[in-house]
Amino acid sequence: MHPVRKQRLIFVLFLVFFAGAAAALFGFALRENIDLFYPPSKIVAGQAPVDKQIRAGGCVLPGSIKRIENSMTKNFIVTDGIANLAVTTDVILPDLFGEGESAVLTGKLNGDGVFVATQVLAKHDETYMPPEVADNLNTADHVKTCKGLDYGT
Amino acid sequence: MVPELGHFALLISLCLAVGISVVPMLGSYVNSTTMMQSGRSMAVGLFVFSLISFLCLVWSFVQSDFSVAYVASNSNSLLPMVYKLTATWGGHEGSLLLWGLTMASWLLAVTLFARSLPAQIHARVIAVMGMTVVGILLFTVVTSNPFERILPGSPAEGSDLNPLLQHWGFIIHPPMLYIGYSGFSVAFAFAITALLSGHLDSAWARWSRPWVNVAWAFLTLGIGLGSWWAYYELGWGFWWGWDPTENNSLIPWLTGTALVHSLAVTEKRGLFKTWTILLAIATYCLVLFGTFITRSGVVNSVHAFANDPERGAFLLMYIVVLAFFSLLLYALKAPNVTSLSAFRISSRETFMLSNNILLTILMATVLLGTIYPMISDGFGWGKVSVGAPYFNFFWVLLTVPILLLMGASSLSQWKQTSSEIYRKYLKWPVVISLIAAVIFPLLYSDGHRIGGAVTIFVVVWIIATTISSLLRQTRNAPSLWAGMRQLKMGYYSMVVAHLGVAVFSLGAGLTSVYSEERNLILMPDGSKELFGYTWSFDGVEEIRGPNYVAQQGHIQVSQDGELLARLEPQKRFYMSGAMVTTEAAVEGNLWRDLYVSLGEATEPQSAGGWVITVYVKPFILWLWMGIVLMSAGGFMALFDKRYRLARASADALAGRKRATTTGKPVQAT
Repeated sequence: MHPVRKQRLIFVLFLVFFAGAAAALFGFALRENIDLFYPPSKIVAGQAPVDKQIRAGGCVLPGSIKRIENSMTKNFIVTDGIANLAVTTDVILPDLFGEGESAVLTGKLNGDGVFVATQVLAKHDETYMPPEVADNLNTADHVKTCKGLDYGT
Repeated sequence: MVPELGHFALLISLCLAVGISVVPMLGSYVNSTTMMQSGRSMAVGLFVFSLISFLCLVWSFVQSDFSVAYVASNSNSLLPMVYKLTATWGGHEGSLLLWGLTMASWLLAVTLFARSLPAQIHARVIAVMGMTVVGILLFTVVTSNPFERILPGSPAEGSDLNPLLQHWGFIIHPPMLYIGYSGFSVAFAFAITALLSGHLDSAWARWSRPWVNVAWAFLTLGIGLGSWWAYYELGWGFWWGWDPTENNSLIPWLTGTALVHSLAVTEKRGLFKTWTILLAIATYCLVLFGTFITRSGVVNSVHAFANDPERGAFLLMYIVVLAFFSLLLYALKAPNVTSLSAFRISSRETFMLSNNILLTILMATVLLGTIYPMISDGFGWGKVSVGAPYFNFFWVLLTVPILLLMGASSLSQWKQTSSEIYRKYLKWPVVISLIAAVIFPLLYSDGHRIGGAVTIFVVVWIIATTISSLLRQTRNAPSLWAGMRQLKMGYYSMVVAHLGVAVFSLGAGLTSVYSEERNLILMPDGSKELFGYTWSFDGVEEIRGPNYVAQQGHIQVSQDGELLARLEPQKRFYMSGAMVTTEAAVEGNLWRDLYVSLGEATEPQSAGGWVITVYVKPFILWLWMGIVLMSAGGFMALFDKRYRLARASADALAGRKRATTTGKPVQAT
């Protein structure tokens, strides 16, 4: 075979091998490491898997944050305006976490229907809200923030 | 008045940028020297007006002119002056203005320092750069005008700069990053010009290399500063969180790194030409794509900018147009470019090829992980997020072979390398790295042996092979010192950058493997033993800053009765926007950082107890030292003799003469 062609063949084989290996790994790693998002209503309705890492989020129900004495545990409720999800966590709540603000949680649902969060993210701002929370809120389309949510008192 | 002046200057810059992208380009086709030269004066004008425009915005911040909407939402009269200045690039609109200014500066630099290029090439490079500037400026003017007024009824007080950005790391991080980003537009312009002119030889590579290296060095520094800022300011003890915003700066860095290496092959051996072109185009497109991801709000990021679908749509259109035309040009012209020389499997070319393939795959994994949530949502597969384990898995899987090859490649030669060289010069590095990798984890800690061993093996391997390569390079000189003085700056810049990678890997690897972190409940005057240190808490007091009130904790860290550090982490409450931030306190040396941040008060609050997060981060300082070294290596490449302009111009002329006499495009030999 012509040396240039031979070289090209080796190059192509090299490329195919690496690309194939990479594609296989991509699929594997992605399947293992993605966390699906569920709004509170779906979790409460039993549509989310128990004891598997998922993400949840919504607005923190005003007046629902309870700190347990002398411990790191906090309990609170997030809602999408349809259903309320009880959350418990030992992590330090982020600075932007607050009642009536949006929060995104990563963790597992336990057998009692309580969401045990291992990560709590919060971000509030007049104009910004995590898209997955915004898309699942039971509010009129033009008030997609927690302030526009009817908490049903 | 000043904001209007700024807006006007911005519009003039836009017009000039349009002029730069049209006139010299036309001139290069109709062979009009006047038209080609006009690019130079317009470039000066573009820079001056961009600067005026930028300074007008700075002035509005200094004056706290809250009738300007952008100032009102990013500043406050209580803000300390230095942060008023830096608030200029604290939000979306101002950072775009800064980006436009850095683009204009690069354009000016190219007109000033690349005069020795043949007139036609120079005119086209400038014109293509002009087109990239038009994109950014048009984006600013159409969707994100920083000078927009709120009149009447302008607010009496601004809503303040995001407190997280009130940190001195933020003063220099964005400018560095933008200088790096815009620098890759030079590489892009050179690539497009090469395609237009069919002039793709070693001389071309030699013209582009210094620009690419410098852009890469700035981007490296910019990313490093961002990481450093996040580590100190966010209070999570993170230096990298695989957040989309962070990934978007890493993605072009990875292709940029591949480009730096592939350009070296194109210059020295006339190979990988079309690949180099493709990398240059891809890097700039990825810079823009990253901007699209962060600015349009399509993915959920911890530090997303306020987002706006209109901006996203504009950016996407810009990227599509840019990518479409440059790839079309590539498809039409690239087949004409051939690489004639061949190389053996055992050669430096093969190492460079592997480096490029691995870096590209690594880039693709990061890119895929970053945009997967968008893809999944778009196809209705559900709303997902891709966790850090995914990125960490690929990062380690791919960087370890990259680093191992990097060490070995420093002993390889172009075309063909005899296995005897490897045997002779790699024997000791293998032995030394193995010994170090076995001993270090045993001495250092009880656990995590494999991670520590891999890190140490790779790091010692790079350092040992570098020394080995130095010995080989100087083997014919009378003494090591005499030999070292004869080596070229280009070689040293590679050595410094590669050692930077080793130092960085040491820090990143060991800190990832051996870091300790725990939440503690501490009562006033209480103490706890953890990670071999005693952490004692003296309670929290309230202090006042210029624009915040803070709760400041007092924590003493001691070991074996010896006081190591007094740490004063804060929880700041900013008066203007009711924002709270956590200011970590860090005491660091070469071997470890003691890092403490205040969590939250425990119930009952009257008892004064706090949840405090304590971290011990070994070797983390090395990580930043490594980044500085890498970047220094990039800058050092500028001082290599062969990039001296006179030389480049002489070669270029020779190349053109050959081209005209033979009537064919020049092929590198």
